[in-house]
Amino acid sequence: MSALLEISDVHISYGKVEAVRGVSLAVADNEIVAIIGANGAGKSTLLNAAMGILPLKGHIAFASENIARLQIEDRVALGISLVPERRELFATMNVEDNLQLGAFRIPRAAAAQSFERVYALFPRLKERRKQLAGTLSGGEQQMLAMGRALMGAPRLLMLDEPSLGLAPIIVADIFRTIAELRASGVSVLLVEQNAQAALKIAGRAYVMELGEFVLSGPAAEIAANDRVAASYLGFQSEGAT
Amino acid sequence: MNTTIMLFLIQDGITNGAIYALLGLALVLVFAVTRVILIPQGEFVTFGALSYAMLCTGTVPGTVWLALAMGAVAFVLDLFTARRALHLNRIGRSFALNLVFPAAIVAATYLLAGPKTPIAVNIVLALLTVAAIALYLYRLAFQPLAHTSVLVLLIASVGCHLALQGLGLVFFGAEGLRGPPISTAAFTVGTLRFTGQSIAVYAVTIAFIIALWLFFGTTLMGKALRATAVNRLGARLVGIRTTLSGQIAFLLASVIGAISGILIVPITTLYYDTGFLIGLKGFIAAIIGGLVSYPLTAVAALVVGCVEAFSSFYASNFKEVIVFTLIIPVLVLRSLAAPAVEEEGD
Repeated sequence: MSALLEISDVHISYGKVEAVRGVSLAVADNEIVAIIGANGAGKSTLLNAAMGILPLKGHIAFASENIARLQIEDRVALGISLVPERRELFATMNVEDNLQLGAFRIPRAAAAQSFERVYALFPRLKERRKQLAGTLSGGEQQMLAMGRALMGAPRLLMLDEPSLGLAPIIVADIFRTIAELRASGVSVLLVEQNAQAALKIAGRAYVMELGEFVLSGPAAEIAANDRVAASYLGFQSEGAT
Repeated sequence: MNTTIMLFLIQDGITNGAIYALLGLALVLVFAVTRVILIPQGEFVTFGALSYAMLCTGTVPGTVWLALAMGAVAFVLDLFTARRALHLNRIGRSFALNLVFPAAIVAATYLLAGPKTPIAVNIVLALLTVAAIALYLYRLAFQPLAHTSVLVLLIASVGCHLALQGLGLVFFGAEGLRGPPISTAAFTVGTLRFTGQSIAVYAVTIAFIIALWLFFGTTLMGKALRATAVNRLGARLVGIRTTLSGQIAFLLASVIGAISGILIVPITTLYYDTGFLIGLKGFIAAIIGGLVSYPLTAVAALVVGCVEAFSSFYASNFKEVIVFTLIIPVLVLRSLAAPAVEEEGD
C-alpha cells in the first residue's frame, strides 16, 4: 500500500493550547478514509493544517514528498484540495465562474474536461450555472464547493463536514457522490460528525477524541465497535452490526 | 452667474472628475484585492507625470534608477526568503523580473531619450518605469505584511508615501514641470472650447473603465482578482497566489496613476508633492463608494470634480476645504447605515 498522504506524530497548537497531539494517519491511493469524532475533537484543525492553513509540528508528506513547508497554493498544485467547513465560495460570482476558478492552476483544455466531469457529478450545478453562488441553497453550495475543488483534478480531496446543516436526503446524495469519486481515482479524506454515513462509504476510519486518535482500523470494524456505536452511532451495543 | 460660466465650470469639473474617477477606481481595486489603502497612489501620478515631462526635455529621470535599485533589493529579498529551497527556475524568474526588466528600462531610456523623442515613446517609458516601481514597492513593503491588519498596512502605506515623496523631491527638484500635450487640436461647440487634451482625458478614462470591466468580467486573471477580493482563503484554496493578485493590482493602479499624471501634466503645472492632493481627491470618491463600489466611485469622482470647479470659482481660498468637507456627511451616513463590523482575522 503506497501512502498518498502520510502524517506522523503531528502536533498543532492555537497559541498555548495544543489542539492536536501526536496524531499519525495515512491515506492510500484510491481510498476513502474517515475521521469521526465529537465537536471540538480537533478534526477540522488537522485537516486545515494538512492543507497549510494552520502551521503544524511533525512530519507530513504527499506522494512521498515532504510538504511541511509548502504554502496552500503549492499544495493545491501538487494535487491536494480542501473543501472547508465554511465552504469559502466566491459568493458574489456565479456558479460557472466559481468552477472556472477551481481550474485556475490547470491548462484550459483540462479545465473543459473538468467542467464536463463536475457537471456530470452534479447536474444541479449545470442548471444553476448563471446563478450567484451566494444565492444557492445550502446543499447546492456544498455541491459547488465540492465541484470547485474537483475542477483542479486533485489526487486527494479533503472534505470537512460535508453534511453539516443539510437535509438528510441531500446528505445521502452527497455521500453517494463521494463514493463515486473513488471509482474515478480520487482519494478522499473525510471529516464527519455524521459517523453513520461516513463509516458506510469509508474503507478505513479513525476516531478522534480531545486531539488524539483513540481508535483506528477498517470502517466496518470501527462501526462494529461497542464504544463507537454507543458514542457516535447513537445505539446500544446489541444494535451494532 | 450666466450659463456660459456654468458650462465652463461643469466642463472643468468633469475633466478633473474623470481623473479622480480613474484614481478612485484604482484605490478601490487595490483595497479590495490587498486591503492596502494606497496612499502612494499620488506618487504614481507625480512620478508618471514628471518622468514624462523630463523625458520630453530630453533628460533621463532618476526614477529609472530608483526602479533598478528597488528591483535589486527585491531580488535579494526573493533569494533570502527562498534560501531553504533554491530552485533554479524560481531564481531565474526572480532575476528576470527584478533585475533584467528594470535594467532594460534604464538601457532603453538612455538609448531613446532625447529632445526629439516622439511623445508616444516617452509615455511608454514613463509608464514602464512607474509600473516597475509599483511592482517592487509591493514586493518590498506590502508582500511581507500581507497577513497583517488593515491598520498595519495603512501605516506602511503612509511610510511609502513619505519615502516616495522625498525621493520625488530628489529626482524632480522643487520646481514645477509641465509636459507637452498629447494633442494640440481644439474645436468649439457653441461657447465651449474643447481641447484635444481634455478629449484625451475623457477618451482614456472611458477606455480604462471599459477595459477594466472586460478584464474583470471575462478573463480568468480578472476573475481571480475578484475572487481574491471576495474571499481570500477561497482564492488560495483554488491555488490563486495572494502575491500574484497583489502584484497585478499594484501594476494596474500604478499604470492608472501614471496615465492620469501624464494626462494632466500638460494642463497644470505639477510639483513633486502635487500628487498627494490629487490622489486624496480620488480617495474621497473611493470613500464615498465605500471602498467597494466601482460605479459609485466613478460617479462620486465626477461630483468631487464639479464641486471643486465651482468652489474654486466662488471661494477659491476654501476650494480644498469645501472638497474635503464632502467626506464628512458621507462618513456620518455610512457609519449610521452600516452595522459595526469586526475586521476579518486572516
